[in-house]
Amino acid sequence: MIIGAAESERIGTVPELSALQLHADAARRAVADAGLTMADVDGIASAGNSPIAVAHYLGITPTYVDGTMVGGCSYLLHVRHAAAAIAAGLADVVLITHGESGRSRVGAGPRYGDSSSPQGQFEAPYGTLGPPTMFPIGVLRFMKETGLTHEQLASVAVAQRRWSSQVPRAKFRELISVDDVLASPMIAYPMHLLECCVVTDGGGALVLTSADRARAVPGPQPPVFVLGTGEAAETPMVSMMEDFTSSKAFKLSSALAFAESGLAPSDVDHLMVYDAFAHLPIYGLEDLGFVGRGEAGAFVEEGHTSPGGRLPLNTNGGGLSYTHTGMYGMFLLLESVRQLRGEAPAQVPGVEVSLAQGVGGMFMAAGTVILGTPATVA
Amino acid sequence: MVTEATRKARPTPTPDSEVYWEGAQHGELRLQRCTACATAFFYPRSACPSCGSGDVKWFVSAGRGRLHTYVISHRAAPGFESQVPYAIAVVELDEGPRLLTNVVGVDNTPESLELDMALEVDFEPRGEQMVPVFRPATVPA
Repeated sequence: MIIGAAESERIGTVPELSALQLHADAARRAVADAGLTMADVDGIASAGNSPIAVAHYLGITPTYVDGTMVGGCSYLLHVRHAAAAIAAGLADVVLITHGESGRSRVGAGPRYGDSSSPQGQFEAPYGTLGPPTMFPIGVLRFMKETGLTHEQLASVAVAQRRWSSQVPRAKFRELISVDDVLASPMIAYPMHLLECCVVTDGGGALVLTSADRARAVPGPQPPVFVLGTGEAAETPMVSMMEDFTSSKAFKLSSALAFAESGLAPSDVDHLMVYDAFAHLPIYGLEDLGFVGRGEAGAFVEEGHTSPGGRLPLNTNGGGLSYTHTGMYGMFLLLESVRQLRGEAPAQVPGVEVSLAQGVGGMFMAAGTVILGTPATVA
Repeated sequence: MVTEATRKARPTPTPDSEVYWEGAQHGELRLQRCTACATAFFYPRSACPSCGSGDVKWFVSAGRGRLHTYVISHRAAPGFESQVPYAIAVVELDEGPRLLTNVVGVDNTPESLELDMALEVDFEPRGEQMVPVFRPATVPA
């Protein structure tokens, strides 16, 4: 279960901290949130900076180490692995950390390179320029096959801004309209600027332990239970996706999590879907089974994912409006925890089950974590 | 002389892709087909991704296919400055595999680039290395 959770003190533009410092800041706050000290931590998981670098920085000598690095959903896989490791007795208290100087690039490594990699040989020669030029490459196909409209795609950004307008720490909080989105600069047709995520600095961390330990040594926060998890990986190159209108990794990963939890989409009160771009929640809603094929665009456009809607989605404002450090997945989990604890800035009443769906790379990998309140395991 | 073509990212062949890139130098789009299960595949690999067989043979693609999906980038990668906005596209070959490419010989606009339009292979330089690109088909498919 999750007994500690925290973001770095500041997110957004934080040029005075390196990536490693952001890990450490969030880690200290999450461990304090759990009512523990670093001496209690025997397991570490991290991506971006190595878990060894993070552990050593914090003065931890871990006996459980997870350096799984599959892009922005890595932290969801860390939760999955940590839950299994704790259940198997391999670790007692696991600290999972994220820190990234995505905007200010302080203490951050180089972004791209190797011309002999698959991407270097078979994608880069065609003028690719990072995720904005590649991640949305399936969207036109999706539109042709399902009837998704440009206005419906834009409505994803509109809906999430309705959420972020209630979130003081969000990067962007002003309400926007579909027309505003469609009038914003074209980045890579069909994607406009307001359909692309923000680029920020920030950190986040989680502390997990066993139910037995949490019972024996109750912490200051209501525990959040890991009800089911999944992970999957499809392709290192988005251009090699099997189906450009569906993520195989989303489908496999979420099916595992639903099966383990014994829950169905109709049991989920609150949903987070990694939104580096506006099309990701559309794919997520359909691939996870929340709506039928071709129904996601209208579902969002009609307001069902907005405040007051029946499926609150990306209630922090998401990568489009809240924050996106580069590997945003940690912030999905942190918002799920806040909603389950009842302490989110844009709190949804009565959230008992929350699902976080992460993506890694560009439809490269996926992680799913279903979390619940104590009532869900009573 | 530093031209746009020399500034564009160029591939560095690896042992499993040398035949592919060598083919491009000769105006051939070379693909692999599995002898065991007959699956044609891209990108080059030393074993079949479908059945795992190591018995794979090179063949020359007819170079015809259809425009499967694309974006039109409004920001220039190095060497693409004079082409902005330009399409980054996925072509589905008649033999089955898909590959990323550019579309030449036609305006790179949403109006001119219709999904599933017929395309045929051509080649363009990236430095010393030729790479496959696609243009509207001269013979309707």
